[in-house]
Amino acid sequence: MAHRVEVSLKPSLPDPPGRRLKARIASDLGIVADDLRVVDEYVLDRPLTGPELELLVEEVFRDPVIQEATTDEPTHLPFDWLIEVGFRPGVTDNVARTAREAVERTLGTKFGPDEGVYTRKLYFIQGRLSPKQVDSIAGGLLANDLIQTWRVYAPGDDRRVVSVPRVTSKSEAVVQRLNLDISDEELVLISKEGVLALSLEEMQTIRDFFKNPQFLDQRATRGLGAEITDCELEVLAQTWSEHCKHKIFNALIEYGSPGRTRTIDSLFKTYIQGATEKIRKELGDRDYCLSVFKDNAGVIRFDNEWNLVFKVETHNSPSALDPYGGALTGIVGVNRDPFGTGLGARLIFNTDVFCFAPPDFKGTIPPRLLHPRRVFEGVREGVEHGGNKSGIPTVNGAIVFDDRYLGKPLVYCGTGGLMPAEVNGKPGHLKQALPGDRIVMTGGRIGKDGIHGATFSSEELHEGSPVTAVQIGDPITQKRMTDFLLLARDRGLYNSITDNGAGGLSSSVGEMANESGGARLELDRAPLKYPGLQPWEILLSEAQERMTVAVPREKLKEFLSLAEALDVEATDLGEFTDDGFFTVSWKGALAVVLPLDFLHGGLPRMRLKARWEPPVHAEPSLDANTGLTPVLMDLMGRWNICSKERVIRQYDHEVQAGTVIKPLVGARMDGPGDAAVVRPVLGRFQGVAVGCGIAPRYSDIDTYWMMAACIDEAVRNIVAVGADPDRMAGLDNFCWCDPVQSEKTPDGEYKLAQLVRANEALYDISTAYRIPCISGKDSMKNDYHIGDTKISIPPTVLFSAVGIVPNVRLAVTPDFKRPGDAIYVLGETRDETGGSEYFASKGFVGNKVPKVIDPEASIRMYRALHEAIKAGLIASCHDLSDGGLGVALAESAFSGALGATVSLAHLVLTNVDRDDTALFSETPSRFLVTVRPDKQRAFEQALAGFPCACVGVVTSDSKLHITGLTGHVIVDADIWALKQRWQAPLGV
Amino acid sequence: MPAGWGGYHTRRATHSADLHDRGRRAMLARLVSRSVTFSKALRQGSREAGMKIKALVPMGHGINCELETRYALELAGFDVVDTVHLNFLARGEVDPADYHIIVFPGGFLDGDDMGAAQACANRIRHSRVKAERLIDRLTRFVEKGGLVLGICNGFQLVTKLGMLPASSGDYTRREVTLTGNDSGRFEDRWVHLVVDQASPCIFTRDMVRLYLPVRHGEGKIVGKDAPFTETLVERHLAVVRYASPDSDAPTMDYPANPNGAELAIAGLCDPTGRVFGLMPHPEGYLHRTNHPRWTREELPEEGDGLTIFKNAASFLRTA
Repeated sequence: MAHRVEVSLKPSLPDPPGRRLKARIASDLGIVADDLRVVDEYVLDRPLTGPELELLVEEVFRDPVIQEATTDEPTHLPFDWLIEVGFRPGVTDNVARTAREAVERTLGTKFGPDEGVYTRKLYFIQGRLSPKQVDSIAGGLLANDLIQTWRVYAPGDDRRVVSVPRVTSKSEAVVQRLNLDISDEELVLISKEGVLALSLEEMQTIRDFFKNPQFLDQRATRGLGAEITDCELEVLAQTWSEHCKHKIFNALIEYGSPGRTRTIDSLFKTYIQGATEKIRKELGDRDYCLSVFKDNAGVIRFDNEWNLVFKVETHNSPSALDPYGGALTGIVGVNRDPFGTGLGARLIFNTDVFCFAPPDFKGTIPPRLLHPRRVFEGVREGVEHGGNKSGIPTVNGAIVFDDRYLGKPLVYCGTGGLMPAEVNGKPGHLKQALPGDRIVMTGGRIGKDGIHGATFSSEELHEGSPVTAVQIGDPITQKRMTDFLLLARDRGLYNSITDNGAGGLSSSVGEMANESGGARLELDRAPLKYPGLQPWEILLSEAQERMTVAVPREKLKEFLSLAEALDVEATDLGEFTDDGFFTVSWKGALAVVLPLDFLHGGLPRMRLKARWEPPVHAEPSLDANTGLTPVLMDLMGRWNICSKERVIRQYDHEVQAGTVIKPLVGARMDGPGDAAVVRPVLGRFQGVAVGCGIAPRYSDIDTYWMMAACIDEAVRNIVAVGADPDRMAGLDNFCWCDPVQSEKTPDGEYKLAQLVRANEALYDISTAYRIPCISGKDSMKNDYHIGDTKISIPPTVLFSAVGIVPNVRLAVTPDFKRPGDAIYVLGETRDETGGSEYFASKGFVGNKVPKVIDPEASIRMYRALHEAIKAGLIASCHDLSDGGLGVALAESAFSGALGATVSLAHLVLTNVDRDDTALFSETPSRFLVTVRPDKQRAFEQALAGFPCACVGVVTSDSKLHITGLTGHVIVDADIWALKQRWQAPLGV
Repeated sequence: MPAGWGGYHTRRATHSADLHDRGRRAMLARLVSRSVTFSKALRQGSREAGMKIKALVPMGHGINCELETRYALELAGFDVVDTVHLNFLARGEVDPADYHIIVFPGGFLDGDDMGAAQACANRIRHSRVKAERLIDRLTRFVEKGGLVLGICNGFQLVTKLGMLPASSGDYTRREVTLTGNDSGRFEDRWVHLVVDQASPCIFTRDMVRLYLPVRHGEGKIVGKDAPFTETLVERHLAVVRYASPDSDAPTMDYPANPNGAELAIAGLCDPTGRVFGLMPHPEGYLHRTNHPRWTREELPEEGDGLTIFKNAASFLRTA
């Protein structure tokens, strides 16, 4: 019989989470409750005596100072409505896992196979609400139907029955065989119904391979018939998914632009890898790249003893369905990338960039989508729990708003790591599973969570998108595992390591098999969360917090016993071989026999067409108004410009005690930083700067310049704080809408041309700046398509940059420092208001997109600026981006609690004859710099030959005073009023 | 440099019972990550005092500030700093009795599921080391004169174990707890603290004010009843309290008091002054560049937080 314990705060104490929820119900749903209190419910599904229950209440569940508890009896709290929310069977329940361990410890006995602990939340609501309102609170805010169930009780309803969300599937686990010798229509149907995301051509390739006599012979000698098994088809679908194989980036593309057609043989090889190769060649023996594109993350040299590892991933599709779980899984998932690179890295920072529809979105929410406000809060909280609980500082990020992200929010999560340059005498960045090594899975167990994630994210979000693709991360299980694995690494207990992310064991073992030349996996040995999984599900499950390691046979015992000592599950699942096959067995019989060369090389190449026609937008004819104070005030409060402090404060950005430049800076520690600087080796002063660039608005005009602006912004961000422009590395994360021409996507050729152009810019700008991309990722199907509604995101690239800061004591922040300091603008200002926040605020896109017209000159200027920073000549430095010079001046002024007097007439201008253009143009390659008067001369010498103009002075009052091109006052604003507008939208 | 993680080895716990001292030391080397590297000046200091002072920093199960905590102890001049997994303590393979101070670092023990550090308090109360429990070893450690410092999640742990404030000398009964911030959310921000000059706390000797970061969601101190919390202040056990930047008076105003703690209490000690815990992170302000305004203010090279660790070291050297 199941028992129930309910734990509530003493009625005399306030309930902050309850109060916060009540406020959200009022603000998000417009429903006003009088009172809301939250009670924790634990269902203990095992026999317990009365004294045992009492012991558990006192020793496990109740905090005697502040809490009360009931056992097998409802909590006595007044309510008008009671909402009970619990997880669906099989959904990860972290609190229940912790409670279960504590119960076992306290009673000294383990739970049996059919026994368990489950948790629920009880919301006691007082207030005159209608049943419909209560339903909308439950379904619209407290519970997500995909992963949770909820029930509403009125006073007097019987609440004594304890239901147990046990997984009850008793279906027998068998390997099925399929006949692929069927019609094309049936092949397509198999792919579609099975969420395989395989095209007809790919299905045909598989069918034909299973007619190859040599392969059939090989199968026969191993004792497997000619028909493909469900496991094999699933393994192929996962391995060949867009998510894992980047088919579009590797396609043969016929690219037509006005007057010219040419063929591109793989965007990835030509532009991304091509640029990095060129840069590395030019660097020669100064090349600091150690491992690029081939491992889970990129690796560069930090110093003689340490390497820096960096990776950014997206987790968009899961976050659309379950923002909290999707984002949590996103961050703890990307943690495993640097962790599983080379022989493993300790994680030193996180970075998070989100793209949402505006929180005040007023339109209709299409089916299966959630209101952007709910997506925002869910994602924010997921990343909070993932980052904070893992002890990794979240040091950098951005939030971008555009209506089109309603269709799919973008959730970029990145993690940096530090690995020893040498581990037991071997280079830390290399790994090699050897034939004979054991396949050992460590960390969490396998469940039905996250099945088909790889293939699901390779499709648009549609009605049949599987709910099993959603997972909830468990940062503590992962932390235990990483604590253990770092010890195992330093003791040389494994030869190779990789994470179980998309595609689960199929992906991790399938990829590591490439290192040794084969693998034989005994699938039935894999530990399960609960019975009832089919073999293919075990193989494909993306259940979180798992790493696969290759352990030499003679070290297996030591590895397993260390794992056991540290409460980490580790299971020997088979052997790496060199027979050229990925082999999987289920209870002694073969379930998969696939040659590695077909698995990894048999995929037919896509051939795609791209056609570029530059779009033409209406050019606004705005009044040449001289009074721009209201315009500037307006811009400060725009979603893309306003303060993100509320989010930043809820992320621990200082754990590990090395965050030298924090995301919030200035006199009152609430100004926006350009990039973070982390000092990863305490006791040394060399640091890492982390910044990012993202500019999706420019995609509406030309993705070439969008990409150029992203790289330029990311580089300027890190140079502004003190990174050395000659020791940088980049990471590209493309999020596109489907660029493959089809009935569903009639403008696919244009969208693909946009992709081509972005790649061209990546090559041009990154080679000019000599910033090698060391890793990256693409997510190509960010569309929503249900019924007649199709929403495609604007083509979006996040370019993340890391750079070495030679001495963190010389790092610089953007806040004005002292009255009397001279204000300079570096870089020329052009009429580039197309795609700007200024135009957007007036409802226009325009055509004059910001351009990085001379990247060679720009990077030379950044080098000169870096020398000035190293010489201590700079008091403050801020990069110019959204909102142009006007917004940057306001930010630097109120961050420093100082005013400024500025004249636009002194700017270095090209083709600018309007004050609004000069103030709000978003021309890249510019900085706002302040310099102490006694250092002006040296500074001007350092920047001689570059467009660098002294435009004003920092003042001790609180006025931002700007005169225009003709000497008229165009802005006269109080910095605190500007700041108030800037802080108002999201709060602090 | 901090020795990182290199010193760990596992050993089946078959032989921890009757090891003679040498064997014991050899085994210890396998279980702990030890650092004995520190500046020459500090080394000299320890020689003069003639005693090696040893610190134990537990790790594992969600603790995540162990590296900077260890670094703080090294800077403060501890001769030996061992980072030891809680499981090795729970199994009795490492004995607190071999150390002079235990510092429980910040983190998210067991994810803070069921309440901050609640599950780890259960682990320490119910882990059996031969005939006794781990909690018994810890209380004996304190009773024999050892120092305990709990920081943030570590403070939550020692408080929930009952080691703080231990107003009647019982180190196993919970009198005070830490619960959700009034704001209902986790926050990272810097706070001003005023030190009770009359407190017996050995960690805050000669200190008047401190400026440190807080990074928590459950930092609100609540006593078993209101009069009890007042006695903590009266008995000078409320060592540090939140204050506004320009006043020495404890404040209930948000955000100077970031969590709504009763009587603005940020940290507590036991009546001996040798057990101390606080929500803010002293190991988060060891150097000038940790300060959130270091790029615009003249500041000393050493951060406020380091003094707490140095006080512990000098207390042990002179004790």
